Amino acid sequence: MAEVRFLLTGDTSVTVEFGNEISTEINAKIRAFNIALQQSKIPGIVETVPTYRSLAVHYDPEVILYGALVKKLKGLLGQLDSIQIPPSDVLEIPVLYGGEEGPDIEFVAEHNGKTVQEVIDIHTSTEYLIYMLGFTPGFTYLGGMSEEIATPRLKTPRVLIPGGSVGIAGAQTGVYPIDSPGGWQLIGRTPVRMYDPDRATPILPEAGQYIKFYAIDKAEYDRIAALEAGEGYTVRRHPRKEAAE
Amino acid sequence: MSITIINPGMMTTVQDLGRVGYQQFGVSVSGVMCPRSATLANILVGNEDGEAVLECTMMGPQIQFDTDNCIAITGGDLGPMLDGKPVANYTAIAVKAGQVLRFTMPKVGCRAFVSFAGGLDIEPVMGSRSTYMKAKIGGVEGRKLQKGDVIKFRAPKADLPKLDLRHMAPEFKPRAEYTVRVVLGPQDDYFTDEGVKAFLSEVYTVTPEFDRMGCRLSGAVIAHKDGGDIISDGISFGAIQVPSSGTPIIMLGDRQTTGGYTKIANVISADFRILAQLKAGDKVRFEKVSITAAQDALIAQKKALKCLRSALDPKV
Repeated sequence: MAEVRFLLTGDTSVTVEFGNEISTEINAKIRAFNIALQQSKIPGIVETVPTYRSLAVHYDPEVILYGALVKKLKGLLGQLDSIQIPPSDVLEIPVLYGGEEGPDIEFVAEHNGKTVQEVIDIHTSTEYLIYMLGFTPGFTYLGGMSEEIATPRLKTPRVLIPGGSVGIAGAQTGVYPIDSPGGWQLIGRTPVRMYDPDRATPILPEAGQYIKFYAIDKAEYDRIAALEAGEGYTVRRHPRKEAAE
Repeated sequence: MSITIINPGMMTTVQDLGRVGYQQFGVSVSGVMCPRSATLANILVGNEDGEAVLECTMMGPQIQFDTDNCIAITGGDLGPMLDGKPVANYTAIAVKAGQVLRFTMPKVGCRAFVSFAGGLDIEPVMGSRSTYMKAKIGGVEGRKLQKGDVIKFRAPKADLPKLDLRHMAPEFKPRAEYTVRVVLGPQDDYFTDEGVKAFLSEVYTVTPEFDRMGCRLSGAVIAHKDGGDIISDGISFGAIQVPSSGTPIIMLGDRQTTGGYTKIANVISADFRILAQLKAGDKVRFEKVSITAAQDALIAQKKALKCLRSALDPKV
């Protein structure tokens, strides 16, 4: 493993950098370190922010100074191998593919010489790792989409993409959590609210979890949408089985 | 038990010390652009440090009170008047029902913070009352204030103990050139030696591209070794982001939680009070300090705030 670096990100935050590339291995280490840090009870930690390659640790210098914190974080790194890290959850996200909800799915199919059904089959066949969240509340940076359905962004971005839209941009896929402008090719929409500020858990996905999409029909979409508008819909989830390597 | 916004001014929002704990989910921290000034405004009227205040930018609002309450205005001097008579900044003022607070024009700096004794009756979203406009949450409907908005008080106080002692000297002094202290990192090693040298020796000018997300500066190019793009990582308040163009942007309250541009340095917390008052055309020079010096300065500032609080409102 590349040497872990401690980078100054101001005087109330330190970034623990695990590597300089996008890799599942680095992400797994960040997740493990984040879990270990939460269990460690190091005083003065305010919040942590995992990204592709690092964990930003925000802290209160009135409680712990930089030097003392880095010493503790280094100690924690040394113990990482002995800490039990639970398997990641896989969130099962229902998607109504094509039609009004996924107006670009034919283009994605045509661009890749596939049928629409093949695009759906490929898109729903993978467990996508949530490397990090950012950009807007609940926006997930997912990894692992098949190159077979990779499609360039729209030349002219749309002014308004409804929240819940599922899209493809290059070799990336993801869900727009809130209404926003954007240039992704839209292939479907989920009735699940990835983000609801008034919910006890405002944001559904967490960095380090996986998302698996599955296709639903309009009736199921409407049923889940109605639940989300009322008492809420509970997404199915299961612990991920480690792929045999 | 409320205030009514007669004129919202240019850009007035409800802010507290920010929405902490949700950055990992992509939620911006938001919060006041100057935590120190907002905290001082709160201390002067006997509030907790993190009580929500109105953050007013350049042209301040016009506000009518329908209840007696004590307020304090800190930060820049936007020319506050109560019923047409000038009132002092950094001073607790007992306002009577029916009176109108307005701001004439920015005289010093550009952001003022108005605290209200007993706090504003705004439902916290994800633990904070801060307005986060991009996600349309917090404050009043997640937006800047509009004419006709009514904001209720939670526990107004017509008077405060030691009212005549609740004042201090305004802190922000206009200068021909501001020195802002920074700690280098996290990506200072992505820049050439000349790039870092330019950053630490040249004078930069604040451009009109200055909002709650960030402040773009113009000046000598800060050269990268190999471009300004990185694999995204986290962004702190005061991070100085330098994209491939080589001109810096200081990231502020409504910054995104993560970003893919190199950050050469971070403004130290003790100097956020300068950042918050910069205006287009102001000149800035960056001075490198050690992390120890930065944290010492912050802790000293916080100690002074605690002293002020215990002098005004000794804990029972």
